Amino acid sequence: MMPASRQTPFLSIPVLHVPLKRRVANRKLTVATGIAAAVALVIVVVAGQLLADRAVVADFAAKGLVPAPDHVFGTDWMGRDMFARTIAGLSTSVLVGLLAATVSAFIALALASVAALGGKRADAVVTWLIDLFMGIPHIVMLILISYALGKGFWGVTIAVAVTHWPSLTRVLRAEILQCRESQFVANARKLGQSRLQVALTHMVPYVLPQFIVGLVLLFPHAIMHEAAITFLGFGLPPDIPAIGIILSESMSYLSAGMWWLALFPGLALIATVMLFDVVGSNLRRVVDPHSSQE
Amino acid sequence: MGKFVVKHIVRLTLLLLAVSAIAFGLIAASPVDPVQANVGQAAWVSMSEAKRAQLAEYWGVNTPIWERYVNWLGAVLHGDLGTSLRYNAPVADVIAWRAGNTLALMAVAWVVSGVLGFALGVVAGVKRGGVVDKVVKAYCFVLASTPAFWLGLLFLMVFAVGLGWFPIGFSVPIGKAAADVTFAEVAHHMVLPAITLSVVGVAQIALHTREKTIDVMESDYMRFARARGLTTWQAVRRHGLRNLALPAITLQFASISEIFGGSVLVEQVFSYPGLGQAAVTAALGGDAALLCAIAVFSAALVFGGNLIANILYGVIDPRIRKGEVSR
Repeated sequence: MMPASRQTPFLSIPVLHVPLKRRVANRKLTVATGIAAAVALVIVVVAGQLLADRAVVADFAAKGLVPAPDHVFGTDWMGRDMFARTIAGLSTSVLVGLLAATVSAFIALALASVAALGGKRADAVVTWLIDLFMGIPHIVMLILISYALGKGFWGVTIAVAVTHWPSLTRVLRAEILQCRESQFVANARKLGQSRLQVALTHMVPYVLPQFIVGLVLLFPHAIMHEAAITFLGFGLPPDIPAIGIILSESMSYLSAGMWWLALFPGLALIATVMLFDVVGSNLRRVVDPHSSQE
Repeated sequence: MGKFVVKHIVRLTLLLLAVSAIAFGLIAASPVDPVQANVGQAAWVSMSEAKRAQLAEYWGVNTPIWERYVNWLGAVLHGDLGTSLRYNAPVADVIAWRAGNTLALMAVAWVVSGVLGFALGVVAGVKRGGVVDKVVKAYCFVLASTPAFWLGLLFLMVFAVGLGWFPIGFSVPIGKAAADVTFAEVAHHMVLPAITLSVVGVAQIALHTREKTIDVMESDYMRFARARGLTTWQAVRRHGLRNLALPAITLQFASISEIFGGSVLVEQVFSYPGLGQAAVTAALGGDAALLCAIAVFSAALVFGGNLIANILYGVIDPRIRKGEVSR
């Protein structure tokens, strides 16, 4: 962010511009990293769907095997291959997370628009709602909602979907407000553009990048919370291989020394969440005009 | 200042009322039948129709929801939180005992993660671009993506099962009378959950403090302090820390929600008898009174933290206190 000259305040050698070639390569690298991460995620999801059948096949001849070339992540107490289970579980978790986060982002967009464009009253109501939702600990809210919906797949998806909008709503509301107050919108109105025209030609291009970046950065949260709530026993039913299920089942076998049941699925979950983070932050760097040339 | 505080307290009361209504409404909307959930499957099947109706009447199945809410709220204001069905004791007693465990756990994690995160953030910010900075940043990015419950499982495997240094769960030794339990034993049981919570909590505060430290290091007053001949660390100690400490403390107060959320998961992993574990048990078992009370209690905790954070913001920045700018 800061010019290179300010990093060492006392020995400043002014660097007026970074060589052009380097700049282009950097931007390409950012895009390439983002795309690579996205492709890796797609591969995980597709592989997970393909492996879904293998993930539930029990083989009692191969119970509780330590990780070996045959079974990279080992097998569990029913002889199910943990690698297949982990990938299938990740795929489920990612899909639930994607669905829930997308719904959440659209709720955020709607509420932010209402707050920023609907006048003082509406703004006060939305701000109050944000405070309210941020005041209840996230996990407690998730528990309450999935309890109200009777647990299961829809319970967890809806719970994650209706609890992740507050922070994004705050960001989008500020963006829309800033756009509304800006000179170019005032000019457009003076030049006789209708409200709808202003919204389509000025507001949407202004807010859309922030919305997309915010949406992608919601995915990791949604996935983590899905795993957490499933781990606690409120989410997906035990017959679906999900990361939360795998980890909560592994708890019973920890004292038996079956460490691989928890270690690898957890690492895979962290890797997935970090991949989403990479996609989101690289996308932000490319889309955001302040940093796109760095 | 007085008006500022009163305004926030009124807001707090309104928000708490709303939370209790939401929690109550959600619990009432649940398809989990309180009668079936509480008498158990076997008893339900062998029960006569009249007995079922009588129980349904007793649990207020046919009373309209707003009437139940008003009754419940009135009872709560009189200090009666109802009876926990899972623990077969007054909700107030269950919460009082478990809140002690949870609050102790949270307080330790809160202080440790705050101090550690602050120190790491300052060092990383001062030595920006160095090895320490890179390590701290990598640590924070990995930890920000790590689920607290998985880290708990890992610690459990390594330190409790593998090395046997710490007990596998609970807050006191199994099979020992409550009166005989020593403080050292309680502390020994709390080490692993507290470390798990602290390690996860460090990330946010460290990254935030690092950003602030970088800003402070580039400020004119730090440049002047260096020009007067102070070493970097002297300048940081005299001029940097006081500028960094208050935002960090406010952030830490505002992050109580996350620490509570983390403690729910960690308590579940370590079978630690706290509020979080009780909330999970209550929700899985259809114990409406307990679940509702815990939801409101946790919200009160978080709002209390946010309130302190807001007031501290006002103390730091007079413009916010006067309502000239919003955060």
